[in-house]
Amino acid sequence: MQIYLPIAEVSVNAFLLLGLGGMVGILSGMFGVGGGFLMTPLLFFIGIPPAVAVATEANQIVASSFSGVLAHFRRRTVDIKMGLVLQAGGLVGAALGVVVFNYLKAQGQVDLLVKLCYVVFLGVVGGLMFIESLNAIRKSKKSGGAPAPRRQRNWVHALPLKMRFRTSGLYISVIPPMLVGICVGILAAIMGVGGGFIMVPAMIYILGMPTKVVIGTSLFQIITVTAFTTMLHATTNYTVDIVLAVLLLIGGVIGAQIGTRIGVYMKAEQLRILLALMVIIVCGKLALDLLLTPSELYSLGTSGGH
Amino acid sequence: MRFLFIFTAVLLLALPAQAAKEEVVLGLSQDRVAITADFDGSEILIFGAVKRETPIPTTEPLQVIVTVSGPQHPVLVRRKERKLGIWINVDSVLVDSAPTFYAVATSAPFSQVLTDTEDLRYQISIKRAIRSVGAAMHIRDAQNFADAVVRVRESEQLYTLRENTVAVDQQTLFRTAIDMPANLTEGTYTARIYLTRSGIVVSNYETTIDVRKVGLERFLFTMSREQPFLYGLMSLAIAIAAGWGASAAFQLLRRG
Repeated sequence: MQIYLPIAEVSVNAFLLLGLGGMVGILSGMFGVGGGFLMTPLLFFIGIPPAVAVATEANQIVASSFSGVLAHFRRRTVDIKMGLVLQAGGLVGAALGVVVFNYLKAQGQVDLLVKLCYVVFLGVVGGLMFIESLNAIRKSKKSGGAPAPRRQRNWVHALPLKMRFRTSGLYISVIPPMLVGICVGILAAIMGVGGGFIMVPAMIYILGMPTKVVIGTSLFQIITVTAFTTMLHATTNYTVDIVLAVLLLIGGVIGAQIGTRIGVYMKAEQLRILLALMVIIVCGKLALDLLLTPSELYSLGTSGGH
Repeated sequence: MRFLFIFTAVLLLALPAQAAKEEVVLGLSQDRVAITADFDGSEILIFGAVKRETPIPTTEPLQVIVTVSGPQHPVLVRRKERKLGIWINVDSVLVDSAPTFYAVATSAPFSQVLTDTEDLRYQISIKRAIRSVGAAMHIRDAQNFADAVVRVRESEQLYTLRENTVAVDQQTLFRTAIDMPANLTEGTYTARIYLTRSGIVVSNYETTIDVRKVGLERFLFTMSREQPFLYGLMSLAIAIAAGWGASAAFQLLRRG
């Protein structure tokens, strides 16, 4: 069944979108990531204009994160105070990101920027995750799996403006979480992702938060930032396609619940190595697009971007 | 002398008869295309007859050209170049006006139905339909950018030349069907019909086809432009409701 998307102005198969939403939903349920980093490139591949894909995906992430965060609230694994600090940074970052996005859109470089961001971040995150999970698998084969050493104090603890985060059991400066928030906010606006795949490692390795509160807090922060991004894109670029969003999120929320079930039956290292492979494949495809000589050197855009 | 007078009179009578006595009477299967939520392209049947008060001229057979053109918009064409190993947009040219959709249907191969001078005059062929006036000084090959518009849109089936697709009966009745693809943009489309003999246009006719989003599509599009804030809030409300709904539904499933 073909559906004409009112904002994207293309006609696409509704079942394809539901299927894509479902597939990415399953993966995001399995791995505990938002799935935006997979969905946005997939939307590019099926011919949705990048600007619409990025803005609409932000809206879809609101839905999947909201669905996820409710479960974490029930389990009390959300550090609200930390979340609010991250959000404050995130909103500043998102505003900056949309300004950068609009400037580059006028320059005709927005596709390049979005794709470059994807290649760099997916490459780094995918590569690190792959190496780390390979090591973990090797270690668990050798011994019974030694517990990871507790983090030491580092530069993060030396900064001023300290604040107590009770749920995380931390007493640290607000500057690092603010900076993390800003970075993720910029990424959210430019890449149309929640930024969970950057945020989660940053919270664990830089802020030293306990793993059990990381996912809930990250989801909590992502909702606000992506909601803000959606509003910014909707009011400045008019690129949020509500029909596209609805189709994606129906598939997405159902898929996420199925994915959570599948995830229970798999080992953590296996899950991570699969996720890492997937990230690397998406990254490779986008990198090839940038490096290989394109079949069509010219591209058409609408004028009046200035 | 008398002979010459008659000859001139006949000539004077005959000339306008040749030039203006053939007219198009047109019918369209629909003069509006509604883009609904399940819009999947449309086919417009364009048919008509040639009205004439004199016998059919016996010189050359009558040929018919039908064009359907979307609204004219400026297009910014960008060209990629390899910089530091990656392909990025460098040069750009603003093509002043290019139709969003353009179809040309003819009753015989294009070169037979229309001469180049007549094409120049009436701007019928695809390459004449787009207009590019100025390019920045440093770009010497502006024509390549205009050609790119044609190439890209031809590959998206937005610009098409359909030779031999107009059926002409008895040099009087003609009909053709124009496929409009699913990725149409809205606006006022123009249908033009040209009658030609020996490649010269003898008569033409123009009418419009209205392509509009309707119903939900219209409502959402208008809202996103006129009430962007409300539209954004609505998108968020739907997202939050869906997220909450899925979570609540799954709670029920887990308990049950």
